[in-house]
Amino acid sequence: MQSSSVAGTPGAPHVPHVAAHFASREVQDHAARLGMWLFLATEILLFAGLFVCYANYRFAFPDAFAAASRELDLTMGTINTLVLITSSFTAAMAVHYAKEGQNKQVVWMFVLTILMALGFLVIKYFEYSHKFHVHQLPGPYYAYDKIQLPGVSMYFTIYFLSTGLHAFHVIIGMIVLGWVTLKAMRNEFNHSNYTAVELGSMYWHLVDLVWIFLFPMLYLI
Amino acid sequence: MSPSSSIAAEPGAVPAPDEHHEHHPSYLVDGTTVKSWLLTLDHKRIGVMYLIWVLLFFLIGGIYALIVRLELLTPGPTIIDAMTYNRAFTMHGVVMIFLFMIPAIPGAFGNFMLPLMLGAKDVAFPKLNLMSLYLLLSGAVIAIWGMINGGMDTGWTFYTPYSTHTTTTVAPILFGAFIIGFSSIATGLNFIVTTHTMRAPGITWFKMPLFVWAMYATACIQVLATPVLGLVLLLVVGENIFHFGIFDPARGGDPVLFQHLFWFYSHPAVYIMVLPAFGVMSEVVATYSRKNIFGYRAVAFSSLGIAFVGFFAWGHHMFVSGQSTFNAGVFAVLTMLVGVFTAIKVFNWVGTVYKGAVDFKTPFAYFCGFLYFTVFGGMTGVAFATASLDVPWHDTYFVVAHFHFIMVGATIMAFMAALHYWFPKMFGKTYHEGWGLVSAALIILGFNATFIPQFLLGNAGMPRRYYEYPERFQTLNVASTAGASLLAFGFIIAAVYLTYALVYGERASANPWHSRGYEWLTESPPPTHNFVGPQPTYTEEPHFYVEPEKAEVPDAV
Repeated sequence: MQSSSVAGTPGAPHVPHVAAHFASREVQDHAARLGMWLFLATEILLFAGLFVCYANYRFAFPDAFAAASRELDLTMGTINTLVLITSSFTAAMAVHYAKEGQNKQVVWMFVLTILMALGFLVIKYFEYSHKFHVHQLPGPYYAYDKIQLPGVSMYFTIYFLSTGLHAFHVIIGMIVLGWVTLKAMRNEFNHSNYTAVELGSMYWHLVDLVWIFLFPMLYLI
Repeated sequence: MSPSSSIAAEPGAVPAPDEHHEHHPSYLVDGTTVKSWLLTLDHKRIGVMYLIWVLLFFLIGGIYALIVRLELLTPGPTIIDAMTYNRAFTMHGVVMIFLFMIPAIPGAFGNFMLPLMLGAKDVAFPKLNLMSLYLLLSGAVIAIWGMINGGMDTGWTFYTPYSTHTTTTVAPILFGAFIIGFSSIATGLNFIVTTHTMRAPGITWFKMPLFVWAMYATACIQVLATPVLGLVLLLVVGENIFHFGIFDPARGGDPVLFQHLFWFYSHPAVYIMVLPAFGVMSEVVATYSRKNIFGYRAVAFSSLGIAFVGFFAWGHHMFVSGQSTFNAGVFAVLTMLVGVFTAIKVFNWVGTVYKGAVDFKTPFAYFCGFLYFTVFGGMTGVAFATASLDVPWHDTYFVVAHFHFIMVGATIMAFMAALHYWFPKMFGKTYHEGWGLVSAALIILGFNATFIPQFLLGNAGMPRRYYEYPERFQTLNVASTAGASLLAFGFIIAAVYLTYALVYGERASANPWHSRGYEWLTESPPPTHNFVGPQPTYTEEPHFYVEPEKAEVPDAV
C-alpha cells in the first residue's frame, strides 16, 4: 500500500506539473511516454500501408520501378538524408540539455532542428517542382516522354503519396518542436521536468526514421 | 463471510450517499450547466455522452435496417427504388459498424467503468478522451452530411474499383470514417496507458476485472489495426477524386490489394466489436451466478489470444479472390484458431454458471441469449473458415445471417446486458425487472426470427445486397421482416421503461446486485472523483464469491 498521494484519494497535496488524477510525477511521465510510444506505433503502421503498396507494385512492375527510381535526384535525396539525421542529433542533444536544466541550449538545439527541417522542405520543394516541370506525376497526370513503361505512373503515385505524407509529418514535427521551444524559452525544464522535450524529440526521431526507410526504398533500389 | 470480504460487496462498507452528499455530489449533479457537460474531462460524463450518441446512431442504423427489410418484403420493388435501396444497406452497415458497434461498449461502458475498476480517478489522458468523443461526432457529422447529399452505394466494404468510380458521394463518407478511426485509436491508446499506469495499489495484472482485460485486448487491436484502415480510406478518397489508379486495374492498379489492406483492419475490427461483449459477459455471469469466474486466467489470456490470432485471419474474406489454395488453407487454419480461443471462454462461462446460485435478472437473460448467439454464430464462423464451404456460401444471405448472429447478436446482447447491469451504477436508479425480462425475451426471439430465415435463404442461394429476388424466396423474407419488426418492438419497450426509470425509478443502493466487481465499491452514482473517503483496498480477486453453499445469498434489492 502506498501513502496518501495515491490516485483516487481526495485531498492528496497538489504537486506542480502533476495532474490531479495521477499518483505522482513518475506515473504521469510513464503514462506520457507510453502514450507517445503507442502513438508512434500507429504512425509507423500508417506508413506501413504505403510500404505494402510499394512492395506490391514493385513486384508487379519491376522494370518500370527500376527505371523510374533512377529519375529521382540522388544528390538531393542524399543531402536531405544527411540534413534529417543531423537534425535528429540536435533534437537528441536538446533532451540532454533539458535534463540538465540548460533551457537556453534546449532552445538553440531546437531552433537548429527546425531550421534543418525547413531546409529539408526547401530541398523537397526543388525536387517536386522539377518533377512537376517534366510531368513525372501520379496516375493520369503522368506525361513524361522518355519513360513509357506500364506501371511507371504507379511509381510516381507512390512516390508523391509517401513523400507527401512524410512532408506533412515534417510540418507537424516543426509545429510540435516550436511549441516545446516556446516552453524552453519560458525556462520550464529542469532535471525532473523535461517530458515535453523528450516527447517532442521522439516525434522528430519518428519523422527521421520514416525517411530512413523511404530514402532507400524510393531512391536507391 | 470471511473477514477480508468486508472490503467489498456489502452495502454497509460504502458510506451512505446522504452522509457525504454535500461534500461529494455525484458526478451527475456536480455542475449542471451545458458547458460543464460538453467540456467535461470526467470519464463518467464522457461515458454518458458516448452512451447518448451511440444510442442515437443505433436508432439511425436501425431505421435503415427496417427500410431494407421492408423493401425485401416482396420480390419486386416495394417501397423504394433500387438506388435508394443500395444507399440504405450501405448506410445501415456504415452507421452500425463505425458509429455503433465499434464505439458503443468501449466508449460508453469502457470509459465509465475502466477507471472505476482500476481504482483510478480518471483515465490517463482525460483531454484526449474528450477529444476522441468529438472526433467521433465530427466524423459522424461529415459522414451523415455525405449521406444526406447523395449517399453511397458501394456497401460498407467500399470495394474498389467500384468505389473509386461510382458517382455517389464516396469521399465525405470515407473521410468521416477516417476521422472516426482516429477517435477509435485515441480511445484504445488511452485505455492501454490507463491500464498500465493507473491501477490502484493491490490491483495486479491478474487481479484486474475481466472486463478490463477485454478492453485492453480490444485497445491493442484498435491501436494496431486502425491506422492501416485510415491509410486505405485516404487512398480510396484520393483515388475517387484524382483517379491515381492505385486500385484501378485499368491503370495497372490492384483491387485485391485494397481487399488485403481493408480486411487487415476490418477482420480484427470484428473483435473490436465482440471482445468488449465478451468482457461484459464475464462480469455479468460471475455476478448473477454468484460464483467466482471459472478459469480467470484462461478467460483473460483468451482475450489476448483472440486479439493476436485475429490479425492473421483476414484472408478468409478473400477465398474467392483468386488466392492460392495454399494461402486459403493457411488462412482457414488461422481463422479456426479464433474458434479455439472463443471456445475457451464459452466453456469457462458455462463452468461458472454450473452449480452457481443463479439470480435470473435481465442481464442474465441477455447472457443466455448471448451464449446461444455466440455458439451458433461462432460455429457457422468455423464452417465459413472451411474454404470449400465458403465458396458456395460466399456473398449469400448465409454470410449476412452469420455475421449478424456473432457480431450483432453477441454485441447487442452484451450492450443490453451492460446497460441493465450498470444502469444503477451509472444513474443511481433502478428499472422495472419484469419489463426488462419481457423486452429481453422479445429481442432474443425477434433476433432469431430475423436471421434464422436468412440462414435458410443463403443456403438456398439468395445473394446478399440484391434488390429483387425470385418468388420462391418470399416466404422466408416475409418471416425475416416480421422478425425485424418484433426486434424493433423489443427495443422500443426497453427504451420506454429505461427512460421511465431514469426519471421515476427508485433510488439504487451502492451495490444492488451484491456484486464483487470493483466498480461497485463506490456509491451509485459515483462522486466526481470516483471514491469518497480512503481508497478502497484490493486484497481479493475481482470476481471473488464465496462458494454458494457456504454463503447466505442475499435477496435482491
